[in-house]
Amino acid sequence: MAVIQVSRKPLTFAERTYLPQIVGGLKTTLKHFFAPNDTMEYPEQRPAIPPGYRGVPTLVYDPHGREKCVSCQLCEFVCPPKAIRITPGAINPDDPTAHVEKRPQEFEIDMLRCIYCGLCQEVCPEEAIWLQNQYSTTGLSRAEMVNDKQKLYELGGTLPDEHFKWDKKKAAEGGGHAH
Amino acid sequence: MIQPAKPADLVTVNIDGKDIAVPKGTNVIEAARLVGVDVPHYCYHPKLTVVGNCRMCLIEMGLPAVDPATKTPILDPATGKPKINWMPRPQIGCGTNASPGLHIRTTSPLVKDCREGVMEFLLINHPLDCPICDQAGECKLQEQSTGYGRGYSRFIEQKNVKPKRTQLGPRVTLDDERCILCSRCIRFTKEIAKDDVLGFIDRGSHSTLTCHPGKRLENNYSLNTVDICPVGALTSTDFRFKMRVWFLKQTNSIDPESSVGANTVVWSREGTIYRITPRRNDEVNDTWMADSGRELFKAVRAPDRLTAIKVHGADSALEIALNAAAKLCQDGGVAVVGSGRSTVEEQFLTKRLAATLQAPVYLVSRVGKGDGLLVSADRNPNIRGALVTGLIASLPEVGKEGAAAPIRIGGLTLPSGCPFPVGNGTAPLAELAAAIAAGTVKTVISLGEDLVIANLTAALLTKVSVIYLGTQANATSAAAKVVLPTLTVFEKSGTLVNQQFRIQKFAKAVPAAGGAFDDLMVLAKLIAAVGGPALPSDLTALWKTIAAEVPTLATMTYANLPDTGLLLDPTPWAGLPFVEGETLHFKPAAAAVASPT
Repeated sequence: MAVIQVSRKPLTFAERTYLPQIVGGLKTTLKHFFAPNDTMEYPEQRPAIPPGYRGVPTLVYDPHGREKCVSCQLCEFVCPPKAIRITPGAINPDDPTAHVEKRPQEFEIDMLRCIYCGLCQEVCPEEAIWLQNQYSTTGLSRAEMVNDKQKLYELGGTLPDEHFKWDKKKAAEGGGHAH
Repeated sequence: MIQPAKPADLVTVNIDGKDIAVPKGTNVIEAARLVGVDVPHYCYHPKLTVVGNCRMCLIEMGLPAVDPATKTPILDPATGKPKINWMPRPQIGCGTNASPGLHIRTTSPLVKDCREGVMEFLLINHPLDCPICDQAGECKLQEQSTGYGRGYSRFIEQKNVKPKRTQLGPRVTLDDERCILCSRCIRFTKEIAKDDVLGFIDRGSHSTLTCHPGKRLENNYSLNTVDICPVGALTSTDFRFKMRVWFLKQTNSIDPESSVGANTVVWSREGTIYRITPRRNDEVNDTWMADSGRELFKAVRAPDRLTAIKVHGADSALEIALNAAAKLCQDGGVAVVGSGRSTVEEQFLTKRLAATLQAPVYLVSRVGKGDGLLVSADRNPNIRGALVTGLIASLPEVGKEGAAAPIRIGGLTLPSGCPFPVGNGTAPLAELAAAIAAGTVKTVISLGEDLVIANLTAALLTKVSVIYLGTQANATSAAAKVVLPTLTVFEKSGTLVNQQFRIQKFAKAVPAAGGAFDDLMVLAKLIAAVGGPALPSDLTALWKTIAAEVPTLATMTYANLPDTGLLLDPTPWAGLPFVEGETLHFKPAAAAVASPT
């Protein structure tokens, strides 16, 4: 391949003094001196989280305090980095939510593995797992970075429910449709 | 069920434009399966009678038009082919048998409409339980509503409510809301298990599956109803809510509880076994297996599992233990107690071990009561393997029936709720006991056999040094000088010879428990330690040796053994008094029937 020699244009006198460039640089600095800040004093200041943000995955209760997860393990199945580990279990027959029959005995999300993709939330048939606003998660050991069931419910709290699917089911049991 | 047919019995049918010759009497579902066409169905099961009550297998059928006067086929003038008279209404595929010239359409708009309609009706009262339903992932209703359903529901009324958690028996839980009334379970209990306990009550959409008054579904085949339930209505109480099926790895295995050798699938995830289900083998167990065989996997993680090599009661390493064992065998007077539960390969090595030590071989017989179906009288799964490999020349002595402790398979005492005959005919090992008492036997090598249950008293055991290779702790392992923990049937590969002299292979389902060693490796090293030849301990290499030495197995390798097993020539052992009675697909030879057992 042919090499084309390009000769550099000689500097003008003004350029050789460097003064116009220095003045231009100072102008930019001066402008930012008075302009509003783009950065913030993290962690004292925190950014506003936009809706639809995919933060740390959490488990949620319904407004009646029932844990929504029924441990169907679809999130465990769909999780690309295999961060989720569920031990399913049965609900005690004398529990008020016994008609739901199933809940997780243990639910672990390894936040060292989680890639915040949100597939678990998307696949959840019970709307029990949500990626909420929490974005910062720290720990001093690998074990600390695994969120267990209790931690996940602490992080998740209660979210509104549009369906109350299982409450309807329980109501139907008492309704006139049994025979 | 397709019977093997003579060529004369074949009839040609046309399914979706493809001609295929099938045995006469084959129904449309099976014929379509042969050409790779799926006819969806719920109530039809190849091993049960046809009832045709789910209506999912509706197809269009037609027959060649025949001139009424001359009885000759009418040809279509346009194509020159026989004219087909299509029936105006759909027919059920399961109840339509192949007849000459039968034409079937499975993809026409009418059939498609029918399937959508049937699916819609089936789903009307079906609860949306999939997230908590154990059948999810292997549910015909899920598969076929995806494949053939409408995709949306027009039903806005409230669904029926039925009992959700009925215990039909000790091992089966019923969810009536999910039931689609296919009646497979009813037919199974009636026709196969011969224990007619299930039935429908009430009418229409209130129909409910239930047990007959005063009865429970508690026979030893109850879990087969769970396997054949196309939906999640019947679920296994043991497997309930344990793990979703899509995580489970399937490994082909063999049920080791008796000499029937039922083919099974072991379902495991990450080294943990969750359940065992039957695998179809039309020559052995059809699609069934006994409940008692499904719990055997619990021995793998049982608390009494041996996981440490012991020499004189102290933890040790393999080489040290083998040297200690070799030292015990040094002075002669060794007896080997082989096992009818060992695999063919292990029995072959046991034979070589005995030959090296010039030791007599004893086998523990384990005779219970056969149930005539899939649990035979001989609870040793591989007595015939011992005969084939030449470990023993005649059958072990059979003791008095039912005199000993409850039968333990792989260390697991079978559940007391399990009503199948739990005999463990004592195996006297009288000859060995006498030899020990006389002092001619000083060392006994036991391959997983509890000599105390086999009628050697603890007092006798103190007179000898015991070398114990086994999976589970027992009185013998406690008394043993050298304990070498080995693998359960789920942790190793191998072959077993069942009562039909069918050699069947099973594969390793889960990794070995920590501290346990492969039986073949331990045996091969033990043979080398006592001065025998160096023998391979991996299956492929070992099978070359076996094939060279055992004439019956001359052409076999582990790899080329088909999944359904291979029948061996039983004639050399035809006269032996085998204890098995008649079971499914097995009739004992006349000599065995006449035997005084």
